[in-house]
Amino acid sequence: MLGRLGLEALKHDWIEYMAGVSIVGGGLFILVIITYFKLWKVLWKDWITSVDHKKIGIMYIVVAFLMLIKGLIDAIMMRAQQAIAVGASHGYLGEDHYQQIFTAHGAAMIFFVAMGAIFGIINLILPLQIGARDVAFPFLNNLSFWLFASGGFMIIVSLVIGVFAGTGWTCYPPLALPKYNPGVGVDYWLWSVQISGIGSLLSGINFLVTILKMRCPGMRLMRMPVFVWSVLATVVLVFVAFPILTANLGLLFTDRLFSTRFFDAAYGGNPMIYVNLFWAWGHPEVYILILPTFGMFSEIVPVFSRKRLFGYASMVWAILAILVLSFIVWLHHFFTMGGGPKVNAFFGIMTMVIAIPTGVKIFNWLFTMFRGKVQFSSPMHWFLGFVILFTIGGVAGVMLALPGIDFQLHNSLFLVAHFHTVIIGGVLFGFFAGFTFWFPKFTGFTLDEKLGKRAFWCWLIGFLLAFMPLYLLGFMGATRRLNRYDVADWQPLFIIAFIGVWFVFAGVGLQFLQIFRSVLTRKERIDTTGDPWDARNLEWSTTSPPPVYNFATIPSVEGRDAFWESKKTGKPLSQGPLEDIVMPKNTACGFIIGFLSFVFSFAMVWYIFWLAIASLVGILAAVIYRVYGEEHEYVIPKEELEKRL
Amino acid sequence: MKKKYKIATLILSCLVSVVGSIFIILRSDIPVLDPKGWIAQQEKDLLITTSLLLLIVIIPVFVFTLGFAYHYRENNPDARHEPNWEHNSIAECLWWGVPVFIILILSILTWKTTHQLDPFRPLDSTKEPVEVQVVALQWKWLFIYPKEGIATVNFLQFPENTPVNFTLTGDAPMNSFWIPRLGGQIYAMSGMRSKLHLIANEIGDFRGRAAHINGKGFAGMVFTARASSEEDFYSWGESVRNEGSLLDFASYQELAKPSQYVPVQYYTVNEDLFEKIIDQYKTPKLK
Amino acid sequence: MSSGVQDTYDRAVFGTWLYILSDFLFFGTLFAVYAFLQKGNDTNKLFSLKYAFGETLILLSSSTAAGLAGAYLHRKDRRNTLIYFFLAWILGAGFAALEFLNLFSIASRNYTWDQSAFLSAYFTLIGTHGLHIVFCLFWMIVLLLPLFFTQIRDVDVRRLTCFRMFWQFLNIVWIFIFTIVYLMGVDGYYG
Repeated sequence: MLGRLGLEALKHDWIEYMAGVSIVGGGLFILVIITYFKLWKVLWKDWITSVDHKKIGIMYIVVAFLMLIKGLIDAIMMRAQQAIAVGASHGYLGEDHYQQIFTAHGAAMIFFVAMGAIFGIINLILPLQIGARDVAFPFLNNLSFWLFASGGFMIIVSLVIGVFAGTGWTCYPPLALPKYNPGVGVDYWLWSVQISGIGSLLSGINFLVTILKMRCPGMRLMRMPVFVWSVLATVVLVFVAFPILTANLGLLFTDRLFSTRFFDAAYGGNPMIYVNLFWAWGHPEVYILILPTFGMFSEIVPVFSRKRLFGYASMVWAILAILVLSFIVWLHHFFTMGGGPKVNAFFGIMTMVIAIPTGVKIFNWLFTMFRGKVQFSSPMHWFLGFVILFTIGGVAGVMLALPGIDFQLHNSLFLVAHFHTVIIGGVLFGFFAGFTFWFPKFTGFTLDEKLGKRAFWCWLIGFLLAFMPLYLLGFMGATRRLNRYDVADWQPLFIIAFIGVWFVFAGVGLQFLQIFRSVLTRKERIDTTGDPWDARNLEWSTTSPPPVYNFATIPSVEGRDAFWESKKTGKPLSQGPLEDIVMPKNTACGFIIGFLSFVFSFAMVWYIFWLAIASLVGILAAVIYRVYGEEHEYVIPKEELEKRL
Repeated sequence: MKKKYKIATLILSCLVSVVGSIFIILRSDIPVLDPKGWIAQQEKDLLITTSLLLLIVIIPVFVFTLGFAYHYRENNPDARHEPNWEHNSIAECLWWGVPVFIILILSILTWKTTHQLDPFRPLDSTKEPVEVQVVALQWKWLFIYPKEGIATVNFLQFPENTPVNFTLTGDAPMNSFWIPRLGGQIYAMSGMRSKLHLIANEIGDFRGRAAHINGKGFAGMVFTARASSEEDFYSWGESVRNEGSLLDFASYQELAKPSQYVPVQYYTVNEDLFEKIIDQYKTPKLK
Repeated sequence: MSSGVQDTYDRAVFGTWLYILSDFLFFGTLFAVYAFLQKGNDTNKLFSLKYAFGETLILLSSSTAAGLAGAYLHRKDRRNTLIYFFLAWILGAGFAALEFLNLFSIASRNYTWDQSAFLSAYFTLIGTHGLHIVFCLFWMIVLLLPLFFTQIRDVDVRRLTCFRMFWQFLNIVWIFIFTIVYLMGVDGYYG
């Protein structure tokens, strides 16, 4: 009746109990707050069922922040364990628990924090920057978000009911096969990633159609903001890479549930198939994460240097070069698996070649500051921190690209330091810069700058303390994913890293305080013009926050930085008379399908097959209802537009 | 905080970090940077060469970042402001060209060293190599010396300045065999045969470990590799032969069962155990 | 079509193309895995080329019928649209039956998917294609049902065009299966 779900699923050690209680308690608390302030109707009407890209973007970012807290707590627990688990000490976490923590940490950070932040910002900014009213498929957008959220929720549920995988976020077979991991952990990981992956793929297609089909009149490709170019490259990567992940996880799924033998060497299978397919997705994935960040900096640096972006064409070609190259480097994730010198050398060289367009972009940003007037707003703080960190991390990456060096440093803490440097220094710092920069557009007021700068310094110091020791630890022979170790020399470095992560935690705390305080004191920083930074692109030409239809009339552009030019010359952007606007209608179907996907995943994890089939039927019913039953659009008559103006 | 205190704090923290790092580095044992084997020595040299080459990029980036941010700050009256300056062919050529040149050098270096340091490539030496067959188990390492007819768990000995030819497989989830002081790692997977060639140029004990997560006992999967004089190696071999119990396929299967923190054990071997272990994973094809 | 409807149509068609490309990559992964695991296996034992050829002809006819239905759809000719889509459905259902029959017969001869990685790959590739076909058969009914009650609306043209594209994509995937699995397998191409 309930498959393999039983009361043992709720049995945990005391730390896990605490985690479970806080999650459930926290969740209940939120539900109580919503009920007390009578917010259910608003929540349902304006947010859960909304197909507005701006609302969906904000929801992505909220989920990303929540998952960031979870991931950070995982990090603190890991650092605490490693700071004490030397010699005879087993630390305070058992192996099983520790292994689940680093797996959940990786999965949550990559799939839900980084992807969530990126898709959130793209949702918010993309349609506005190309002068469109929404994305190409608003319902699909809403659905993608709920699939994403449902995947994230699976990780949270695994804290309370059952266990999560203990294989590392990459979940390689043979360890991930039932022979070594028959329990629910790997299945939780699999469905969480698979469902959110489908959401990502649909988003990718959505944004690609949006960019290619919905740019406003006059916005030729070479007139698009660089952010839009970076999103274009990102979504091409998404839509090529994610099907590979879907197929790969599908094979792991059939190996686990139906005893297929794809990865089982005892039956002619080969785990290297998984490894190759995983990284054929995995490498484009990291470029999916970093390219939008590059795009965001291309927007931010010109504004706070009071100067045009240096080398627009160069930037575009660099993005396209990175796009193409990111498909031919994947083997550098497993040089040590005996591919042979020619294969290893080829992939190593290709990996180093990618550093070239990346370096070009950095120099272009630096020379945007050159002969500009640099304002040290908090987004610029994040940018400067990014340049320093990303250069360090990137150089570490080029070193790892040489197989001869990688043989020593593969899977060591040097590798962990490298990818955290580029992801935190790159993706996260970029996201924080973009978040601060575009915050006033969607709320109508700017964030408190002082708290933002303090948060930056906490993050920077915290990062350096937490990860610079790890580079050294790699040279000292420390591998990743160790719950304890027998080399006393390593301990001081782990202690420094532990202190660092608390600085990061303080940074996040300051960021929450920043948002909280900024909301309370918003009247001091109201954005009345829609353009608080005196910026360059179309999103600043509309009100803060924009109306649901973004622009009363679709603007028409004649060059790059169209809004900037319009401000300088005095010529207005829009042409044409006011007309009735057709907008997509809210719908519950996305949420229902997302929720049923969660039920389906949960049922598949616990082998409750009747429930799995029932939820699939429910999903089909919701889709059919969407096709048959619903009005998909409504009209805003032009009289109403005239009234607002 | 007043500006001068901020700068003072910054400089002080940088100093503390640098001094602290130097202190830690000097006090610690850093195998990858203190190699005792030819392969690891080459890998370290490669590391240093690459770092130096990449400094050509890092230093300008840091200088420009801090320099431009400082000089072109908003309230600096001495700074030129050219709001529309967005193109300079020479500059672009420079920062496309110099990285291309550096990567070109690195590519040649990569091609050469990847072939030279290929784990499957036997080392150039006049000495007769020691053959060791490695089986990665849950959660210990089995080392079989086919020529000497002995096997050990979690302990390895070989003479200094003699190449050691490892042939590796697994009977466990994917594993990676790593002795940082002697050279880079290679993966050991069930049903497959990988190779590693190492040599120790000094006498000593070197720590080795598994470098790929393989389950609960991963952290405990460490072993000691000892390079000794030739006489010591032969006498050690003798003592293993005398002390060791017989490891046949049946007792091997007992050994292969999951166990953690296994102490050093000695065995004698009189059959081709390694082949039998790999054969467990041979599937008949559809014929 | 009015410009608003044309825009929606264009986006839907373009989006479907992109989705088809991504599904093609999904199948491509399965093909790569199949080709890798095929080596050394004599596939003659598994299936007959004539059978596969028969399946191919049926699916190709179904695709042709769907193509014709698409032409009538754009002319808003309800009767012929229904007739040709119905034809496509019958042929598609026949194909699906044959495809699954193939899998059942192999399994009943004790060549099941859990015996080797190669068999896993065969069952997964063919089975995934079959599942796609079955889902499309179901979806075709969902989309055609309204046409029994109303005239063809713009939204029907859009949806059925996107469906037809996907149906024909599945046909192309089958051509690849026929080539890579059946033709190349029989030849001893894989060694």
